Amino acid sequence: MTDAAELRRLTKELLAAHPPATTDRLDFLRARFDAGLAWVHFPQGLGGLAAPRSLQPVVDAELKAAGAPDNDPRRIGIGLGMAAPTILQYGTEEQKRRLLRPLWTGEEVWCQLFSEPGAGSDLAALGTRAVREGDGWVVNGQKVWTSSAHVARWAILIARTDPAVPKHRGITYFVCDMTDPGVEVRPLRQVTGEAEFNEVFLTDVRIPDSRRLGEIGDGWRVAQTTLNNERVAIGGTPIPREGGMIGKIAATWRERPDLRTHDLHQRLLGLWVEAEVARLTGVRLRQQLVAGQPGPEGAGMKLNFARLNQEISGLEVELLGEEGLLYDDWTMRRPELVDFTGRDAGYRYLRSKGNSIEGGTSEVLLNIVAERVLGLPAEPRTDKDVAWKDLAR
Amino acid sequence: MSAQSEPGLLYSEEEEALRAAVRDLLTDHCDPAGVIARTESAAPHDVSLWKALCGQMGLAGLLIPEELGGQGAGHREVAVVLEELGRAVAPVPYLTSAVVATEALLGCGADDLLRDLASATTIAVLAVGLHTAPGRDIDRVRFEEGALRGELTGIADAAVADVLLVPADDGGLYAVRAAEVTVTPQVSLDLTRPLARVTLDGVTGRRLGDTEAAVRRALRAGAGLLASEQLGLADWLLTETVRYLKERRQFNRQVGGFQALKHRLARLWLEVAGLRAAARNAADALATGEDTDVAVAVAQAYAGQVAVHAAEEALQLHAGIGMTWEHPVHLYLKRAKADSIAYGTAGTHREALAALVDLQAP
Repeated sequence: MTDAAELRRLTKELLAAHPPATTDRLDFLRARFDAGLAWVHFPQGLGGLAAPRSLQPVVDAELKAAGAPDNDPRRIGIGLGMAAPTILQYGTEEQKRRLLRPLWTGEEVWCQLFSEPGAGSDLAALGTRAVREGDGWVVNGQKVWTSSAHVARWAILIARTDPAVPKHRGITYFVCDMTDPGVEVRPLRQVTGEAEFNEVFLTDVRIPDSRRLGEIGDGWRVAQTTLNNERVAIGGTPIPREGGMIGKIAATWRERPDLRTHDLHQRLLGLWVEAEVARLTGVRLRQQLVAGQPGPEGAGMKLNFARLNQEISGLEVELLGEEGLLYDDWTMRRPELVDFTGRDAGYRYLRSKGNSIEGGTSEVLLNIVAERVLGLPAEPRTDKDVAWKDLAR
Repeated sequence: MSAQSEPGLLYSEEEEALRAAVRDLLTDHCDPAGVIARTESAAPHDVSLWKALCGQMGLAGLLIPEELGGQGAGHREVAVVLEELGRAVAPVPYLTSAVVATEALLGCGADDLLRDLASATTIAVLAVGLHTAPGRDIDRVRFEEGALRGELTGIADAAVADVLLVPADDGGLYAVRAAEVTVTPQVSLDLTRPLARVTLDGVTGRRLGDTEAAVRRALRAGAGLLASEQLGLADWLLTETVRYLKERRQFNRQVGGFQALKHRLARLWLEVAGLRAAARNAADALATGEDTDVAVAVAQAYAGQVAVHAAEEALQLHAGIGMTWEHPVHLYLKRAKADSIAYGTAGTHREALAALVDLQAP
C-alpha cells in the first residue's frame, strides 16, 4: 500500500527529474501522469498508484508549493469529472491506455452528448439512433446543451440501439470522435449573449465497435456512473469561507459603503449564513466520502449551489443600483471556459439561471432526494414496460 | 478571510455509542404520551429521567473535568446528548444545568459546586432570561448591604433548580439556594422547558466571581449547543412526517407519492442536512476554541428557522391529526418556536455576525 510518505518521496523525485521552472508545461503534466501522481487512486499505468483517494492532497500540496503547473480542471471538467470515471469502470484496457493520459493533461478536451431536444429531464427517452453496420455503428440524431463541443476532441455519447425494447434497455454508450465526418457543431447563443453551449448534429457518423463503452443495450447503467460523478464533481471541491458568489458580493459591500441600505444588509447577512451553512454541508460530505460513508448529500449540494448562486447574484445586481442597470458586454462569443463567477454581476445573475437546469434540474434532483434518500413513492409511470418505438412523442 | 483548519463534522464511534445509549434510555422512559401527561401536572419536569441520565449515565458531568468528578468529555459529546433529548422533547434541565450553568461555574472556577453538579446531586440554573443572547445586556438584582433583592423573569427550569446563579448590580455572580428565593411558574409557550419568575427578598448569596465573562461564556455555549437540540427536533419531525406520509392514503395513493409533498419534504431534508453541518461545526468550535464566535452565530442564525419550519411542515402534513393535543407534534412546535428565541433570535445572531465577519450595517 502506498502511504503519504511514499507519495511525498515520489513527488520529490518527479520534481527533481522535471524541475517546473525549466520544464515545458505539457511535458511536466505527462511526466506526472506517468509517475502515477495524476490521480493517485487510479490503477498503476493509468495515472495512478492504486493508493487511497484521500492521499491526493498530499501530492497536490507538494506540487503547489514547488510551483508546478496544474492541469486546469475548469477547462477539462467534463473529461476529468465524468468521462474518466466512466472509462475507468467500463472501458477496455486499450481504451483506457489511449484516452486517459491526454484527457488528464488537458491535451484532449471532452464533451458530453447526452441531452436532446426531445429528451432533457427524461434523458432515457433519447432518439439518436446507432445502427449496427459491419464492425461499427452508424449514428444519426441531434444533441443539445453541449458545453465545449466546439473545442472537444472526444465526446461521451449515448444512443438508441434497440427501439423495440422499453426505453432504458435499448441504449448503448459510445466514445465519439468529434473530428469524424458527419459531426457538426453549431453555437447556441444563451441569455448571457455568449454561446457557451452548442447543438451537435450527427449525420451518418461512423463509430467503430471498439469505441463502445460497456455492453450493447447497457448504456443507461453506464450513464448512471457518469451522472453520479457529475453531481459529485459539482459539489465536491473544497472552498474556503466566502468562496464563490458570496465572496463577490461581500467584497462589493466592504468596498462600497455608498451602496448600503438596511434592507440589503439584512438580506446579505441571511445569504451569507446560508452560503456558510452550504459550505459546511460540503465539508461534511467530503469528510463522509473520505471516511468511506458516502452520503446522499451530493444531490443536495447541487440544489443548494443553484439556489444560492441565483439569490446572491440577484441581490448583487440590486445592490449595484444604477450600475446594476448596465451590462458589461453583449458580444456573441464562444468561450472555452465555463466560468460562473467571472465577468460582472449582471452576467453572474443571468448565467446562474442555468445552475438549476444543467446537470439535472432542481425538480428532478428534489425527486431523487425524495425517492432515494427519504424513500417516498415514485410518481406513477406510464412508460415503464412500453417499447421505446411505441411511446408517444 | 483567514484560513481555518477544517472542523470535524462527523460523529466518532464513541459519540455514536453514546447516542445509542441515550436513545435507548429515552425510548424506554420518555414516550410522547407521558411527556404530554406530565406537562399538565404540577411537576412538568421528569426527575426520574434526569436521575437516570445524570446519576446512572453520568451525563451531567460531561463538561466537568475528571478531577472534579466529571467525565472530562467535551462539547461534541454534549451535542450528541442534546440531539437525542431534542428528538424526545425530554422535559429535563440538561441544557440549562449541565451546559449553561456548568459553563458559568467553570468560568468562575466554582469547584465545589461543579462537584455537586457532576454527581447529579444538584441542579443549577443561571438566572438570566432564556431569551438573552451572548454578549447582550442582562437583568440584574440589587446588591444592598450584603443582601440580594429583586426579581428576574423568564428563568428556564428554575422550578427544579437547587441552586440559582444570580447576577447582581455590583458586577458579581452569586450562588443562591433555591429554598431562599420565591420561584413562581410563568405560563410558558413551551411546556417542556417551563419558565419562572424568581424573587429575591433580601437573600444572602455566595459571590462566585464576575458576571460579565462567566455569563457570556455560558450563553455562548448554550446558543451553540442549542443548535444540536434543534437538530434533534427537526430530525424527529422529518422522520415522523415521512413515515406518516408513506402510510397515509388519499385518492387511492400514498400521500407521500404526490410530487408537491415530496418536494416539500426533500427541501426540508436539505435544510436538516445543513443544520447538521452547522450544529456539528458549532459543537466542534466550542470544543477546540477555534472560530467559536462565528461558528455559534452561524448555527443560531440558521437553526431556529429550520426547526420551526420542520415543526410547521410536520403539523400541516399531518393535517387534522397534527392539530390535536393528543398527537405530539405540538410539543415539538412549541419547543422549536421557543428555541428560536432562546439564547438570542436569528436576527440577533446575524447582527453579531455583521461585526464578526466585517459586513457592517449602513
